[in-house]
Amino acid sequence: MFDAKKIQKDFPQLTRKINGERIVYLDSTATSLKPQSVIDKENEYYTQYTANVFRGIYTTSEEATAAYENARALTASFIGASTPDEIVFTRNASESINLVAYSYMLNEFQSGDHVVTTIMEHHSNFVPWQQLGEKRGIAVDIWGVTPDGVLDMGQLEKLITSKTKILAVSAASNVTGTITPITEIVRVVKRLNPHCLVLVDAAQAAPHMPVKVHEWNADFVVFSSHKMLGPTGIGVLWAKREHLEKMTPFNYGGDMISEVHIDRTVFKAPPHKFEAGTPHIAGVIGFGAAVEYLSSIGMENIRAHERDLVSYAIKQIDRVEGMHFLGPKDPDIRGGVFACTLKSAHPHDIAQLLNESNVFIRAGNHCAMPLHEYFGIVSTARASFYVYTTREDVDAFIEGILRVQKTFS
Amino acid sequence: MDLYREQILDHYKHPRNFGHLEGANIMSEEINVSCGDKIAIEILLSDDKKSITDIRFSGEGCAINQASASMLTEVVKGMTIVEVMKLDLPYIEKLLGTTLTPSRVKCALLPLEAIHKAVSSVR
Repeated sequence: MFDAKKIQKDFPQLTRKINGERIVYLDSTATSLKPQSVIDKENEYYTQYTANVFRGIYTTSEEATAAYENARALTASFIGASTPDEIVFTRNASESINLVAYSYMLNEFQSGDHVVTTIMEHHSNFVPWQQLGEKRGIAVDIWGVTPDGVLDMGQLEKLITSKTKILAVSAASNVTGTITPITEIVRVVKRLNPHCLVLVDAAQAAPHMPVKVHEWNADFVVFSSHKMLGPTGIGVLWAKREHLEKMTPFNYGGDMISEVHIDRTVFKAPPHKFEAGTPHIAGVIGFGAAVEYLSSIGMENIRAHERDLVSYAIKQIDRVEGMHFLGPKDPDIRGGVFACTLKSAHPHDIAQLLNESNVFIRAGNHCAMPLHEYFGIVSTARASFYVYTTREDVDAFIEGILRVQKTFS
Repeated sequence: MDLYREQILDHYKHPRNFGHLEGANIMSEEINVSCGDKIAIEILLSDDKKSITDIRFSGEGCAINQASASMLTEVVKGMTIVEVMKLDLPYIEKLLGTTLTPSRVKCALLPLEAIHKAVSSVR
């Protein structure tokens, strides 16, 4: 039986009091809190078997290597990858996207090619393509959304041509909460152009719902540990084996080589050829514990819990006069992210006043300036939910908003 | 509730010197990149170009930003450019009657930065 109240007990930060009051953390879309099991697992590496990976033949180094590779296997099974070798650890989802851009796409582009991305992308899935496009003279075409913040499927047929090299699209938006129908999108793209690759930014999907890469049939999927209960500084790139084989590393150094001679170097096989230098060993091991924790709750259960919170929040927000949120109103196609505007107050002032009652939300454009410009707004105040969020937390947010309105009335 | 005192809210809701200035001879614009807020300043200098005769501001921003602009445009009227260039964050905090957390400093400083940018062009 899923019980968010019980789950809260696993998160030490939620026991913290500030000015004698509990904290209401509503910024999980920026980064999630960490359960004790993740903290312990990372700590265990530092207290019990600190050693470098892939080199020692002594006990603790063997242990560290096994724990590091076990995290890779856990990650692979979490997203339904065929083998652990399809998982590359990076620093974050941004770096995973840049790895694809520089190690794969840069060599693939020919004049006249173009890239398609969407207006609702986080800057991390927008800027790499824009910059690469500028460097190589490659056009970047933008897939728009409806006023409801849903990708306009009608546009896709016109956007994908025989010259489209890659479509970069989010599985879930960090602003509108929109969940995109990736399986359907990939099917349409491959029908229009079987050679067009699809990169899925799953940074807001992998933490919140079941993700099965083979059901999606995408070419690349990226996500980030710290948004899914894991440590900061760890990202994931999943790619089809054939793509990883074709990619050339852009980061050279230790650990990624099998032979080095004065005149030549032989790289290791994927994924290790993309993990140059000593990695964030403790972070990867901690991430493995996060994946285990999420799996033990069940991603279907997490999605069902958040869907319930979304329905509840929509009802509560609709009752507040002058308060609006971006994105669809159908809980079936949206996650627990509410970027809101208030007629009477600026998002900065909303966040500041909510902070006075320990309700932590984010104000700004949430690394999605193009989307805010598209909607003609400068910034929004965003509350976001996760596995430890309760209806009481949603109530605290709404009560805070009512106090803001009173202050600014 | 220290930050949202009556005085700040009053300046936010009824900003002084808001709008455009006919005959302004210098102007500037500043953007707060973290939130996209914008402020534009229009200034009319004295005949000897050494002091500020009149000033207006426009743009959108949070209460701290708008109150800071409103209060600041009141006090710089009549000041010499040399005096204006000496104004700094502690002065703004004194005007607002509060200290600011690091994340709000930029909001409060934006109007002063715009004024500095404008007057430094005539120095």
